[in-house]
Amino acid sequence: MAEALFRVAQAGPHVTLQDGGRPGLMRFGVPQSGPMDRKALAVANIALGNAPGAAGIEVSPGGLVLDCLAGRVDLALAGGGFVVDCAGRRLGSWQRFGIAAGDRLVIRPGPWGNWCCLAFAGDLAVPRWLGAAATHALSGLGGGRLVAGMELALTGARHGLPPRALPCPVWARPRRLLQVVMGPQDRFFPPAVQAQFLSQAFAVSDSHDRMGVRLTGPALRPEAALSIPSEPILRGSVQVSGDGVAAVLMADHQTTGGYPKIATVLSDDLDGFAQLRPRQSLRFAAIAPEAAVALARARAVRVADWLARLPARLD
Amino acid sequence: MTPPGAPPRPDAPVFRPVADRAVLVEFGDTISDAAHDQVLRLDRALAARPFAGFAEAVPAFVNLLVLFDPGQTDHATTTAALRALLTTAPETLASPTRHQVPVCYENAPDLAQVAARCGLTQDAVINAHLAGAYQVFLYGFAPGYAYLAGLPPALRLDRKPAPVRGVAAGSVIIAGAQCLVTTLTMPTGWWRIGRSPSRILTGDPARPFLFDVGDAVQFRRISAAEFDRLHHG
Repeated sequence: MAEALFRVAQAGPHVTLQDGGRPGLMRFGVPQSGPMDRKALAVANIALGNAPGAAGIEVSPGGLVLDCLAGRVDLALAGGGFVVDCAGRRLGSWQRFGIAAGDRLVIRPGPWGNWCCLAFAGDLAVPRWLGAAATHALSGLGGGRLVAGMELALTGARHGLPPRALPCPVWARPRRLLQVVMGPQDRFFPPAVQAQFLSQAFAVSDSHDRMGVRLTGPALRPEAALSIPSEPILRGSVQVSGDGVAAVLMADHQTTGGYPKIATVLSDDLDGFAQLRPRQSLRFAAIAPEAAVALARARAVRVADWLARLPARLD
Repeated sequence: MTPPGAPPRPDAPVFRPVADRAVLVEFGDTISDAAHDQVLRLDRALAARPFAGFAEAVPAFVNLLVLFDPGQTDHATTTAALRALLTTAPETLASPTRHQVPVCYENAPDLAQVAARCGLTQDAVINAHLAGAYQVFLYGFAPGYAYLAGLPPALRLDRKPAPVRGVAAGSVIIAGAQCLVTTLTMPTGWWRIGRSPSRILTGDPARPFLFDVGDAVQFRRISAAEFDRLHHG
């Protein structure tokens, strides 16, 4: 079986191995993890003929430099707008291309976004935890964080697909309007504060990582000093700390917390939200639960159709 | 934990829609054994008879988060399925699985302070901790962080005003009515009274977590020598 070997020459902080994640284990304190922009990994994988949740590398604004030591393999990148150089060829970050022994791949932050996913045509031989290579950042469990000197082996390496720029669909862009269903603890906030939450602009703060993104904006003070029993959290929970600061919980969120959640963001909006950079503004819009489910279905169909058509478009 | 005279059953549950993919079932506003029993009953009933589109359930102190696949079902259908389960859920829970967890109380950084704050000798703290009958109330915060309810009242302290960094995995820590054995090296404001060689994250793919929610736990005292043997064995 064809093999390829890479060595990490440089990796910024928060560059990790990710795959579709490990759903179903929140009852044991384990969030699903997986990429911050799940659609990006799916696009990159499907462009190579992989399963959408196959293991790849999530590149942070810290960037990544990989040396191909042996073999030949096709790669694909999708996600934020990064600056990419492969063996001296300047590429966009929505791209499918080949790499061979002796080539160096350099991925640096570019004009937009925070995260970019690199997929490989083959199987990355990486550590798995509870069946998944997704890295849980807090514990380091799963495939793990990439560090300089680390080697990554690939089995079943395939090559020979024509190099192509990948189309970047509208739903893959940064998303500044987040649809929410209010609650489950909206009752702890006075009506005026709830109105503020929905009418005023927020912005991404410098405090953002795989666990969550803290926002700047109006203080959302709950009615009274609260002591609510810790309760389950979801990816997308908008949690408000005692000083009124809102945070959106993300891929590696803690599974329970005692701060009230004023609202919860629809799953589909979280990928584009993850690509908003610090100081970029955003707003929340409330919809009814029934409308949220209808929207989730419509959006899932739209993304699935696009992904299904992608291989033919790249022939 | 329910004070005498409190209502025997929590209020009728409240169903709250969460985003486009979950329903939060609340059995009360304050922590009580009665509310938690209801959480466990619904959790067990759901595991035995999942509805179409059920994704996962996350038990906590007074509520159960039930996630569904929005491609298959919705909040109203989920809520109806949960109501039906509540009417058929068994009145009593099956007797819980019991675990014995070894603890070494030597070289425990906060034992002396806990003793001073509780007005007890260190031996009395240890004996009180060993006398507790604990129940796994929930996992939370981080992988394998099993919150054990049932810390004897004599040992209940507020958490420290500021967390201590770098608390080693395997620390036995207490705060309020709870105790837990840490699985990761992390900051904590809880009090460190011992170390356990038991791994809550077992590393065994067939049974990756030592406890299920609802299990009963008893602690057993071990010496430093036995700790070293078990820890490295």
